[in-house]
Amino acid sequence: MPGMLDRLFGRDRKSAHLAKERLKLVLVHDRTDISPGVMELMKDDLIAAISRHIDIDASDVRIEMTDEGRVQRLIADIPLRPSRRRS
Amino acid sequence: MTGKVITITSGKGGVGKTTATANLGAALADLGHKVVCIDADIGLRNLDVVLGLENRIVYDLVDIVEGRCRLRQAMIRDKRLPELFLIPAAQTRDKSAISPSDMVTLADDLRTEFDFILLDSPAGIERGFRNAIAPADIVLVLTNPEVSAVRDADRIIGLIEAEEKGPARLIINRIKPEMVRRGDMLGVDDILELLAVQLIGLVPDDENVLLSTNRGLPIVLDGKSKAGQAFRNIARRVMGEEVPFIHFDETGGFFSRITRLIRPGGN
Repeated sequence: MPGMLDRLFGRDRKSAHLAKERLKLVLVHDRTDISPGVMELMKDDLIAAISRHIDIDASDVRIEMTDEGRVQRLIADIPLRPSRRRS
Repeated sequence: MTGKVITITSGKGGVGKTTATANLGAALADLGHKVVCIDADIGLRNLDVVLGLENRIVYDLVDIVEGRCRLRQAMIRDKRLPELFLIPAAQTRDKSAISPSDMVTLADDLRTEFDFILLDSPAGIERGFRNAIAPADIVLVLTNPEVSAVRDADRIIGLIEAEEKGPARLIINRIKPEMVRRGDMLGVDDILELLAVQLIGLVPDDENVLLSTNRGLPIVLDGKSKAGQAFRNIARRVMGEEVPFIHFDETGGFFSRITRLIRPGGN
């Protein structure tokens, strides 16, 4: 049973790995000063703006922060609905 | 002669800035350069004791800036390394006693006489840090392989870039190769990936550092110490030499992978 307990507390993963993963998230927010709440608001605005022009699948829109070196980039993934004219 | 101003900073306290400044200064002086170390941590003076020069202080940094003494009177010459000088911090004042422009003026006066002017920055991101980076030509950011120190290093690197003092160069201090090998300490690759910055030094955790600090002798003067060797290598890299990074790991597993100096994104 110790194996299962360890997994429950995340102890089977090496602590350095956890440190790195936690730092990755913390640094993205430290660098941009954009909170998860603001990200959600931007996502809603983006969906509203784009929906005025084209038909999108709002439930599947994703917006996330990535980094290349020390440059942060906001990536939006917006799936379109199949065009009705063609069907 | 136009000396280079090198600021050593970290954001977080206690990562080894003062020890690094003392040893880098001693190593550069030992290599034949004329060096002055300035303790910019006003109110929390420590570079003097780490260098073993605490008994010889008469005037300090604030005395110079406020005109109570001439520059020369506040400089303490290290008797073991005649090319090494110290300008101590004031102990009974605070960071606001000096401004960033005071530091620029002081550094410009020193540039004509010294090859290297090393500035030991206080912890934090406030006035003391601003004072310390104002005259800098090169900023060295010190960190330890722990989450708090890495996070603060990231913040400091951002501020250095915003002040157009970048690119900052990173020293990772107090690495325990055995813990890294077990997966219980952030490795050099992990930290470089997170911070995306140029590496200039790797210093292993070495209890001889404490022993030498107890005696007030820079560890670089101890030919056998691994940390001392690491600081000597940093000094040579500061001078522009390409020095391979030390493989602390005798079995050749872990540090032998460190071959690249620059990570993507560092420029």
